[in-house]
Amino acid sequence: MSKPDDNVTQSITKVIAASSLGTLIEWYDFYIFGSLAVIIGNQLFPSDAGASALINTLAIFAAGFIVRPFGALVFGRLGDLIGRKYTFLLTLVLMGGSTFLIGLIPSYSSIGYAAPILVLILRLVQGLALGGEYGGAATYVAEHAPPGKRGFFTSWIQTTATLGLFLSLGVIVGTKNILGAEVFADWGWRIPFLLSILLVGVSIYIRMKMHESPVFTKLKSEGKISANPLKESFQKKANFKMVLLALFGATMGQGVIWYTGQFYAQSFLENTCKLDFNESRYILLWAILFATPFFVVFGSWSDKVGRKWIMLSGMLLGIIFYRPIYQYFIDATNVGEFQKTELLSTSAPVVTSKFNPETADSVITTTVVKTLKSGGTFKEVKVETIHTDNAQAAEEPKISYADVTLSSSTYWIIIGLVFFQVLLVTMVYGPIAAFLVELFPTQIRYTSMSLPYHIGNGVFGGLVPFIATLVASFQGSTPLSGLWYPIGIATLSFIIGAVYINNNGDQEVMD
Amino acid sequence: MNALKRILGIVWIVLGPTLILFLVMQALEKINAAADGIARTNTTLQWSIIIIIFIPICAGLVIFGYYGVKGEYDRLPRSSDDL
Repeated sequence: MSKPDDNVTQSITKVIAASSLGTLIEWYDFYIFGSLAVIIGNQLFPSDAGASALINTLAIFAAGFIVRPFGALVFGRLGDLIGRKYTFLLTLVLMGGSTFLIGLIPSYSSIGYAAPILVLILRLVQGLALGGEYGGAATYVAEHAPPGKRGFFTSWIQTTATLGLFLSLGVIVGTKNILGAEVFADWGWRIPFLLSILLVGVSIYIRMKMHESPVFTKLKSEGKISANPLKESFQKKANFKMVLLALFGATMGQGVIWYTGQFYAQSFLENTCKLDFNESRYILLWAILFATPFFVVFGSWSDKVGRKWIMLSGMLLGIIFYRPIYQYFIDATNVGEFQKTELLSTSAPVVTSKFNPETADSVITTTVVKTLKSGGTFKEVKVETIHTDNAQAAEEPKISYADVTLSSSTYWIIIGLVFFQVLLVTMVYGPIAAFLVELFPTQIRYTSMSLPYHIGNGVFGGLVPFIATLVASFQGSTPLSGLWYPIGIATLSFIIGAVYINNNGDQEVMD
Repeated sequence: MNALKRILGIVWIVLGPTLILFLVMQALEKINAAADGIARTNTTLQWSIIIIIFIPICAGLVIFGYYGVKGEYDRLPRSSDDL
């Protein structure tokens, strides 16, 4: 005979599975766009200047992230008015539909400027949908979870963002390996987008069978639903001050730790350290695989010791260790120096020549693949300009490196260091859903927790790769200068969180 | 701790406008330093977006500091009845 507790656990297991699957798919949809930004840019945007450049820029680095807080407001309000279940069902349909349509949009060469405009619109819908999804899923699970286990149960929702990224990287790398780089760049990149409709279909089917949150149902039957959740959340000082505290003392720091560990790390390895496309992605995939269980570990632990110090410790460790870790990335991939003492072999050179009829100069590009004694390889590209005008001084050839692959030992050390960064992500992110849910009352929970979450993650976090790259391009800066942005934001959030937040918040969510 | 919360409140009030000023100064410097054509167009757009996004956030930091100074965070709500 089954005990009542078993039934409760089974029911919660279904709630978590159904909520997490949908949220995972939303994250997958959101991240495939980012992971394929370069290819999408080549296919759907014109390469010349003008208005297209504006649209290009907006769509690729900002639009989806910036509208997330607006999605939080629109769907958060809806969730507090009509219920959690139907609201996050709607966000799932919007996200899946817009992702699928991105995969169908003809290229710029076929429909001209309509291509980037349509992509921009669909990207905005994606951002809005994601802004509405997460708060709903976290609230829904938390309102089903018994007190004392809220951190543990909501931590499953917290794994979905990382697993969504994992899935998106896996599908992209897998599709590219099967089709080959050329076919993938031509039309194969559409497959990850089109695949989304199948995933969303399954998730909608499962979610349709779910019931409304018991806490919200109770509130509705008692006629206690908020008439205007936006007004109550942001005009009532008692609530608004908690929204601000959640943003500055928690989600702002959590957002930069998340995006530094899981986005900037990969971008830095690929663009600054010149690691091979697949190698930089495999490193992140391994790190995510090993670290993901720790979301549940830290979520569960926060039920016992409180949420505050686990989250803040993650921020503090990031503040201390980011610069040494990224310095190691630079040192370990400095192939220009390594080849002076460790060069094992050099391939036959591949020489190409390009004649410029306007200046009558020739550009000679010589590419060789070099292998180091340690087992690492890299491509050395030497570009020389031959002037026909003898009076013009000869220029020094420009040497650059690309497609660096690492020796086995360095490869695993770097996986370890990226794993450590994702571990910090699990510390700040594992307990945060329970922390936010417990900060606000049921009537305005969906609205109030969604906004600080999406400003923290969408704005502060989402802009990490862009702002860090921008800072690193300043005159006199070093490749590590970009890290001052996440370090500065995490420091500010750590101080505010340490001074202003209570370790033991209100455990009661049935109010 | 409450005294520290109030003193830091002043820091947040000052920090909000300082950050905006810093961003505007950086924007002017970088936009002027960018090359003509696409680079300048994009740089202007990127900085405009950053500043537009961060203005309300910095305003929020000032309000947060004001609440801190006023002692709004001296005692955080222990239950929803306190809200």
